[in-house]
Formats: sequence, C-alpha cells, structure tokens
Amino acid sequence: MGKITLTQVRKSFGEVDVIPGIDLTIDEGEFVVFVGPSGCGKSTLLRLIAGLEDTSGGVISIDGMDATDLPPAKRRLAMVFQSYALYPHMSVRKNIAFPLKMAGMDAAEQEKRVNHAARILNLGNYLDRRPGQLSGGQRQRVAIGRAIVREPAAFLFDEPLSNLDAALRVSMRQEISELHQTLKTTMIYVTHDQVEAMTMADKIVVLNAGRIEQVGSPMELYRNPANLFVAGFIGSPKMNLIEGPEAARHNATTIGIRPEHIDIGGDGPWQGVVGLSEHLGSDTFLKVNAGPLGTLTVRASGEVDIHHGDSIRMTPQVGKLLRFGADGKALK
Amino acid sequence: MATAHSRTAARLMLSPAVLLLLLWMIVPLGMTLYFSFLRYNLLMPGMETFVGFDNYYYFVNQPAFWSALSNTLVLVLGVLCITVIGGILLALLLDQPFWGQGIVRVLVIAPFFVMPTVSALVWKNMFMNPVNGMFAHAAKALGLQPFDFLSHAPLASIILIVAWQWLPFATLILLTALQSLDREQQEAAEMDGAGWFQRFIYLTVPHLTRSITVVILIQTIFLLSVFAEILVTTNGGPGTASTNLTYLVYAQSLLNYDVGGGSAGGIIAVILANIVAIFLMRMIGKNLEA
Repeated sequence: MGKITLTQVRKSFGEVDVIPGIDLTIDEGEFVVFVGPSGCGKSTLLRLIAGLEDTSGGVISIDGMDATDLPPAKRRLAMVFQSYALYPHMSVRKNIAFPLKMAGMDAAEQEKRVNHAARILNLGNYLDRRPGQLSGGQRQRVAIGRAIVREPAAFLFDEPLSNLDAALRVSMRQEISELHQTLKTTMIYVTHDQVEAMTMADKIVVLNAGRIEQVGSPMELYRNPANLFVAGFIGSPKMNLIEGPEAARHNATTIGIRPEHIDIGGDGPWQGVVGLSEHLGSDTFLKVNAGPLGTLTVRASGEVDIHHGDSIRMTPQVGKLLRFGADGKALK
Repeated sequence: MATAHSRTAARLMLSPAVLLLLLWMIVPLGMTLYFSFLRYNLLMPGMETFVGFDNYYYFVNQPAFWSALSNTLVLVLGVLCITVIGGILLALLLDQPFWGQGIVRVLVIAPFFVMPTVSALVWKNMFMNPVNGMFAHAAKALGLQPFDFLSHAPLASIILIVAWQWLPFATLILLTALQSLDREQQEAAEMDGAGWFQRFIYLTVPHLTRSITVVILIQTIFLLSVFAEILVTTNGGPGTASTNLTYLVYAQSLLNYDVGGGSAGGIIAVILANIVAIFLMRMIGKNLEA
C-alpha cells in the first residue's frame, strides 16, 4: 500500500509551464522529500499528487491504479498543510474525527480511532480545546492526527514545520521521523530546508524550475551530486565552487570542495587570508579570501585559534574534490 | 502614553464631544418623555395639562396597537430572513470568479444608494401598480389577472421593498467574510472527503456566523423604524394592515394631532427596541467575541 508512480506529469498555469514533465516512482513505505528553492514547483507537484490541482498531462497512479482524474477524497491520501488548516470552530476531537465523520463511520469506531491518534501524538489533554487555544506545535500535531486517523495509503506534508520556531522545528522533525518508523506508511514531504531533507529522507528529490535535478539517498546526494545545482543546494555550509585556472588544472570547468573537506595548516597548495571566523565551539567556520580561488568557506573541527586577518594555508582532501564540466554536470 | 497625566488630558479633551452626544440623545428623549405625560393636542395649543399615564393607557388600548406591534415584528423578521438567506446565496455567487465581476459587484450594491422614498415610489409605480406596473404587464402577457400587491398583500409588498434595499448590505458584509475564508481549510476538508454541501455546512456557515450576527444586529436597529416606505406606498393601510409602530406614532401625533399619545407611543417603541436588543445580544451576541 502506498506506491505512487508519476509518468510524464505536466502542469502549466496558462502560458507558464510550472512542471514540464516529471517521471518519478515512490516506493511503498518510503519517506521521500521534495526539496528545492522557492518557486521550483515542489508544492505544485505535491498538490498534483493530492489531486488539489488538475494535471495538464501525464499519469499519476497510486498502488497501480490510475488516479489522475480521481477527486482528492478518493485517492486515500492525507495531507498536512503549512498553515495546519485546522477547522477553527471545532474542538480538537472534532477536527481529528472530521474525515471519519465524512466517511460515515459509526461513533464508537470514530472515538476509538481518535483516542488512538491522540495517544500516539500526546494530545490526550487537549482533545476538548479549540485550535485557537493551542500552541503552534500542538496545532501541528492535531493536523497530523487528522491525517493519521484516516489510515491513508500515503501522507503528504507541505512545508509543515516552516511556521514553527527553530527549537520546536528540530523536535517536530524527530517526531515525524519516529512516526514514520511506527506507521511505516509512505510519506511525501515538501521543504525548502535541505537540513530537513538530509535528516528525514529515505530518498531526496531535488527539484529546480519544475525539473528533477537528482534523486537519491541523502548520502548519495552529499557524496556524488549529479550537477552544480545539487552540489550547491545540498550541504551546509554550501560547497565551495571554484572556476578558472585551478579548475582547469583538474581538467574541469568548475571544481567543488565542501568546507569540511579542506584541511588547514602545513604547506598546503592554497593560501588565503581569513576574512571572518565564526566560532561555534563544536565547529569553527572560516571565510577565507583566497585570491584567484575566490572566497572559500572552511570548516575546522572544534575550537581553533584563527581570527580575522590571519594568513593560512589549506589542503583539499584527496578524493573529495568534485569536478564539473561546462554543462554543469559532474565529471566521473 | 498611558500615564495618569495623559489619561486625564485625554478625558478632558474627549468630554466636549461626549457631552454633545449625550445632550443630542437626552434632550429629545427627555422632551418625548415629558410630552407623553401631557394632554397635548395640536388643535388646542397652550392648553396642555398633566394626565399621568393616560396617554400610555389609550395608546396601548387602541385596536391598532397590537396589529402595529405584530406588523413591526413580522416586518423585521421577514426582511431579516430574506436578506440573510438571500445575502448568503448572492455572496456565494459573487465569490465565484466570472467575467465582469467588478461591474456586477457595483451593480449589486447599487440599491443601497437609492433613498428609501425613491425606491419605494419606483416599486409602487413601476413594478407593483396593477395597471401600468411591470408585474401587471408580465401577468397580462401570461394571460393572468394582474395582482394589486399594495392593496391585497400590503405588508408582504413592503417587506419585499425593504428587503430589496437591505439585501446589498447583507451581501456586501457576507461577501467580505467569504473572501477571508481560508483556502487551505477548504482543501483540507476536500481531502477529508467533505463534499460541496458538507464544506458549506461545516466550514462556511460557522465562518459566517459573526458576519451574520453583525448583519442581524445592524439591520434590526434600522428595520424597527421603517417609515418612509410605508408612507409613500400604503399609508399604513388598507386599514392597519401595513401600519407598524413607527407609522402608528406618526399617525397618532400628526394625523390625529395628539402629540401626547404619539410621545407615549414613541417611548413604548424605545422600550420595545431595548427589549429586542437585549434578546438579540443574549442570543447571538456571544458570536461577536473573538
């Protein structure tokens, strides 16, 4: 239950092709994250799968059945919205029970399922409150509860954590991951935050301008980005991309090296002056002005006694250097 | 800002306006109250005598009073029903995207700008007239007998005219409320398997309750004192079939020259309005709280 296949799915709004054609398979029980910058079509793609938008072409099939023209309610998918979209005049209990009530389930079964969902999500004490009386994280849980009770084939999350503060985001992130491990249901999760993508996903789909740039596990994308876009998007801080003679020396148009793959000190081949140093305790991030190489970001582990104005030498770690051709694609 | 000093200054500067408003209200009310205890007939000026509650006694015990009271309530309730239900339907219609939306919205609001006397005269002479009216023509075209609205269904006709005037107001308020309805909530309900009608009942109507309350409260205030439409169409008749309390007060004071009796009627109308207001606030006032 919960295998979703997209075949040449297209979407245009008037003249604008938002999604020119996407092929994608989401396997049963997978946690798939759609990630990309704003306006890349990731939310539109999710809404196409949900059935909230009509496709302009292509086929969406859910569990082997053509769902392209099915109304949202018939697709057995549950969605958690960015604004939570709770019904403000209903209690938490009624909110969670709403899809069951619409399905015409009898009251005893509704009660059982609502209580079950409330137990999973620690909502027991709030069942008789209104959404307006809850905090952001609690509202988020209610929205997830409303999705769980339907026992859907797959969950769709549309940037569910973007309205929460940083600390809450981390804990909700973990809760959603744990929920996935408990329920083992397919989940599709849309975010613009690559940290969320890296930490939660079984499979990341990187989108840019309506096209899929790369599909793979978080570590695959981290180690072997297929092109410059993915290289720049995945990883924090961003990968250093160097053009010019230094790249030509490696037979490439652009070379990429992650900040954590540059060693400081010794008699490294690269030389530069520290412009900015951010000391986080566990890590130190340096912005190094490296002359012809441009500005490099370098990560040093732990507390490092290097400050603004210091001149340092750097060595890229062997085998961690990535090479890209003139078309932006990675060279093997 | 909120120091003791600035608060005192604020009160001081507000007081002339508050005082003026208070006088504006209290002087006419006090005069009406005073006249209501006098035997005050316009045909016998200068011969006013104090008569206690006689004016109230005679005003309430005239046969027209109870029919006027029930006409007032029927008028208010009838117009409220038509405008609230019609307003919701019209607002739902206008909320749909269609070509020429802007112009249509302006046209819908237009009746609100027509003054009551004018619109009542237009209805009386151009629509409801049994000889020349549009409805008469339409009936004749269909081979039916024209219906004389204002003599055979006077109260219903006035309800129709007043409702026509207030429908735009209700539509406008309800339309703005509809436009603030959260789209993601609608989509969530759609995914939860709610059909159009269920979404209307479970999401739209609860969302509209506050606006409906506002519409009911504001309209009730104005509908209790409908007068111009009655004066220019039926003159309260035939008999007292379309006389409401306001019109009865007018008839008592200016047609029967009995200012004392009219004033007593006015005070009764004020009391009635307050009773209605208390009832309304008890029943639906809680909808206004955030």
